Amino acid sequence: MAFINIQNLTYQYPTSKAPVLKNINLQIEQGEFVAIVGPNGAGKSTLCYALSGFVPHFFKGELSGSIEVAGRQSSQSTLSEWVLNVGLAFQNPFNQISGAKYTVFEEVAFGLENMGVPRTEMQVRVEAALQLTGIADLAQRSPYSLSGGQQQRVALTSILVMRPKLLVLDEPTSQLDPIGAREVFNTIRNMAKDGTTIVLVEHKVEWIANFADRVVALKAGQVLLEGKPSEALTSDLLAEQGFGLSRYTSTAREAKKQGLWKKDTLPVTLDEAVEGFKQ
Amino acid sequence: MNITIQDLRFTYPTGLDALKGISLNIKSGEQVAIVGQNGAGKTTLVRHFNGLLQPTSGSVIIGDWDTQKHTVAKLASRVGYVFQNPDEQLFSKDVLTEVAFGPKNLGYASEKINALVKRALALTELSAETETNPYDLSPAWRKMAALASTIAMDTPIVIFDEPTTGQDAANVGRIANVIAELKKAGKTVITITHDIDFCAENFERVIALSKGQVLLDGPVREVLAQEEILAQTYVDPPQLTRLGKRLGWPEPIGTQQEFLQALSRRQPKQA
Repeated sequence: MAFINIQNLTYQYPTSKAPVLKNINLQIEQGEFVAIVGPNGAGKSTLCYALSGFVPHFFKGELSGSIEVAGRQSSQSTLSEWVLNVGLAFQNPFNQISGAKYTVFEEVAFGLENMGVPRTEMQVRVEAALQLTGIADLAQRSPYSLSGGQQQRVALTSILVMRPKLLVLDEPTSQLDPIGAREVFNTIRNMAKDGTTIVLVEHKVEWIANFADRVVALKAGQVLLEGKPSEALTSDLLAEQGFGLSRYTSTAREAKKQGLWKKDTLPVTLDEAVEGFKQ
Repeated sequence: MNITIQDLRFTYPTGLDALKGISLNIKSGEQVAIVGQNGAGKTTLVRHFNGLLQPTSGSVIIGDWDTQKHTVAKLASRVGYVFQNPDEQLFSKDVLTEVAFGPKNLGYASEKINALVKRALALTELSAETETNPYDLSPAWRKMAALASTIAMDTPIVIFDEPTTGQDAANVGRIANVIAELKKAGKTVITITHDIDFCAENFERVIALSKGQVLLDGPVREVLAQEEILAQTYVDPPQLTRLGKRLGWPEPIGTQQEFLQALSRRQPKQA
């Protein structure tokens, strides 16, 4: 049995006029690192909310089909039970920061306090999480005194510290510089290796190719395509459907039309592009 | 309208020295991208342009106005600012009211307001959403609504703080189109961005900030080719610039067109 099992999931927000997710079927194994790609309005964030229980428990609306994570049905759990297994880093970090805490250290500890983790263990876990995401030097700053990118790292750290079995990340590096983004990707790659299941929404295609195990392409609430990053992200279908692709892929596709790219497969990463264009 | 910044220093009340002596001239009609690592001072710098922040020392002059001698409300007629987070900016009950608010507030005649609003909505492709509450839009489209409400003010200087964050390829294309239109209209556009490919494709001049100081400043191709120096402020060169370099090409590459031209120049001549 897959760790995540979504069957025939169709969902509509109370205010939406039509379903936002339409008959989604998706199985994800434990420790798998899956990247979700798709244009605005494809349903990426809504799928994140469904995996993390906010749909339907918080947003209400009409849901049919089933969402199972770690052997539990979302429909038969409360949100407070569900979040013990599943952590969600919101797209907008400003929405995540509690506003109730004076320092980054306290902010990161907030979730553990709510889970009733003993004080000594909390101290150790918070310090380790701050180290892991490279923000130990910000521990005593106010979350509101930080730059947008720094706040994004705090929001991510406050989820990692709870050690969820499933980590759902909605564009966690959108405001980070490349070094920060690389650190975040390395961190979550290592967590996947240790058995944490990762579902990530991301526009940075080159990063997905370097880090993720599988790509799921959504459009208009449906799964358009899924597969290995090197295959899915170079497919003609995604190019035709206006998905954002790596410059390496789009440039090689154009070069191929002019007879200047000789290989059958197109590149996603720099190394693949260098290899192909050298010929 | 020129922007003149002289030895600008800014210290936050917490004691953090965010800007440590910045001097810059930005000429009327320039398209400038500001890049640099998180916490480099990018947002702190641009918030001085419309008076949201006041220098601890040094000065910022917008045209002939010293920002320390004019209110934020007055400066708003010269400098439009699109926030990183649209939720800090949007407040009206519908998109039309939101976009019309700025030009109305600047006291333009109603015909001019109507024309500006119509154009801003058309450029951002929000014309069909005039009656929608901005908070019923997705975050990506809320960003477009914030952008529309700022460009509708028709200011000579427009600042975008990370406009492409969270946007798909189609919206990034729309934003590039807005910037091209503003350029045609002779506006100065200053954009903070981490999207270095977007930067290479849409800007003439790049300023790289690091730890509150200017690290590099110059034409886009030259700045973005400085891989080692850019690494100091955690900026990777654009994908195609890196590819050209890895292929051992001496000329700096920024766009797909430049890449394909360089590639075809290197093809052996057919006998």
